[in-house]
Amino acid sequence: MSSGMRWDRRGKTLVMLALSVLVVAAVVIAGAVAEEAARTTALAERNGPPSVAHWFGTDWLGRDVLARVLAGLRLSLVVGTSAAVVSAVIALVLACAATVGGPRVDAAVGWLVDLFLALPHLVLLVLLAFALGGGTQAVVIAVAVTHWPTLTRVLRGQARQVVGSDYVAVAAQLGRGRWWIAREHVARHLVGHFLVGTVLLFPHAILHEAALSFLGLGVDPAEPSIGVLLAESMRFLSAGAWWLAVLPGACLLLVVKAVDGIGENLRALLDPRSHHR
Amino acid sequence: MLTALAKRLGRLALLLAAVAVASFALMVNSPVDPVAAYVGGDVAALGPQQRALIVERWGLDDPAPQRFLTWLGNLVRGDFGHSLTFNRPVLEVIGDKFLTSLALMALAWLLSGLLGFALGVVAGVRQGRAADRVITWWAYTLASAPTFWVGLLLLYVFAVSLNWAPVCCAVPIGVPAAEVGPLDRLHHLALPAITLSVVGVAPVVLHTRQAVVATMASDHVAFARAQGDRGLGLVLHRVVRNAAAPALLLQFGSLGELFGGSVLAEQVFSYPGLGAATTTAALGQDVPLLLGIALFTTVLVYAGNAIGDRVHAVVDPRADHRRWR
Repeated sequence: MSSGMRWDRRGKTLVMLALSVLVVAAVVIAGAVAEEAARTTALAERNGPPSVAHWFGTDWLGRDVLARVLAGLRLSLVVGTSAAVVSAVIALVLACAATVGGPRVDAAVGWLVDLFLALPHLVLLVLLAFALGGGTQAVVIAVAVTHWPTLTRVLRGQARQVVGSDYVAVAAQLGRGRWWIAREHVARHLVGHFLVGTVLLFPHAILHEAALSFLGLGVDPAEPSIGVLLAESMRFLSAGAWWLAVLPGACLLLVVKAVDGIGENLRALLDPRSHHR
Repeated sequence: MLTALAKRLGRLALLLAAVAVASFALMVNSPVDPVAAYVGGDVAALGPQQRALIVERWGLDDPAPQRFLTWLGNLVRGDFGHSLTFNRPVLEVIGDKFLTSLALMALAWLLSGLLGFALGVVAGVRQGRAADRVITWWAYTLASAPTFWVGLLLLYVFAVSLNWAPVCCAVPIGVPAAEVGPLDRLHHLALPAITLSVVGVAPVVLHTRQAVVATMASDHVAFARAQGDRGLGLVLHRVVRNAAAPALLLQFGSLGELFGGSVLAEQVFSYPGLGAATTTAALGQDVPLLLGIALFTTVLVYAGNAIGDRVHAVVDPRADHRRWR
């Protein structure tokens, strides 16, 4: 393979990455701008189909659906960010503890992972949201503290692989200390997996927030959230108000795909061996 | 074999105990007032003496560890408590609702497994071609789609616009249970099951594709090719079995996601199964039922994983079962 072709793929990856970041940034800014319009009611224009004035139509209180979608997506991204960061940090700490802490800590971490994976994730989220009393804050916490187990497994597996590899044995024979090996070999190897894993937690977190809000166990129904929007749309679906359901969901899908695109392209850049996803 | 089974059961018991402790701790610390949840809307009319009576009868003033032991003792004797929202014993509610959900989950499980495996094989065999690209793109898109949104779309298109399927429930409204035929049930089952399977299909497609690609590049397929095996025969005889192992493992291991999906699908289609009961229990502050569902789904997920491991070992005897899980 010529170097020109390789650069071509790298260039394409970079462009896709930039595009995805741009989409996400645009949603965050537009969501902040639309915050007020999302709450403005106009009872004369209830349940209007998409038009020039309201691209996505209006809902049962005459609120602009596009504005509500943008505000909802922004909330999704906030939940996604907090969940990804908190869960990723938990995963990193636990994986490191399991790697350096000896067999007992390792077994304990394994048990904790098993415990969190024992229940269906949605049931666990429902229990947590319920125990925390419901509302936006409860959902953010519930989503944030339940997304670490799979990443913990991945990081721990990777760390174990590095620790058991020949070059680490050679480094130890050459008189390198534990911390030097941890810093120069293990940490460097884990950085890529950690970054990508963090970004790829996003879509799960976003979809789980939407699911909880849809069930009525999440974000306060007065707040614009994609889950709340879709739950409200059910009441008007049989009257033919398709725009209330189709458009918010499609936008959520696009944002999730954009975030997914960031993760996958980042992975392609950091770990060229995993190019076919 | 027997010791292996005993080991598995022991692990399950430990896991259940851990889940019981954790979920009980969550419930005890929740801000929900159990007396208010029990009395419902009339809580304002409740005098302090009546409240004290309820608190004493239920032992709500006892320290949490003591209450936990009482609850655990009842569990061991098969008493899961009384569901507040359904006004029946928790075990009865779970049994009933799970049977309703079982039809939905089983159909969706089969559909997603078969469809996902077939598409995964096609994509893997045609790696890099148009068919592969379309299938892979489709699977990735589905993986990003919210379950309930897919359900809403299907509901709008097939139930509201085309009128091909009913809008809600598991049986026709107003018809006695004895007169409901299997076709009626299937008619009501179709849309929720398709919703559930459409979402579950993506991981099976992607993993099967990966396995097929790896198998197609292996030595034994190269040998078969050299001996003149071509086309469908090659795929059926040399590739499918290798690719089936990961797909089966995945499919059995995904019972948790399947249940989570059915919570959402049942909400969209007002299908009265265990998933909808989970939502009802949480909204109705029905702590006994929530705890029961937590324990029941733990067993469900564990059983799925255990069966998956066994099936995997049978299909692929080389499998190393000392994986970290």
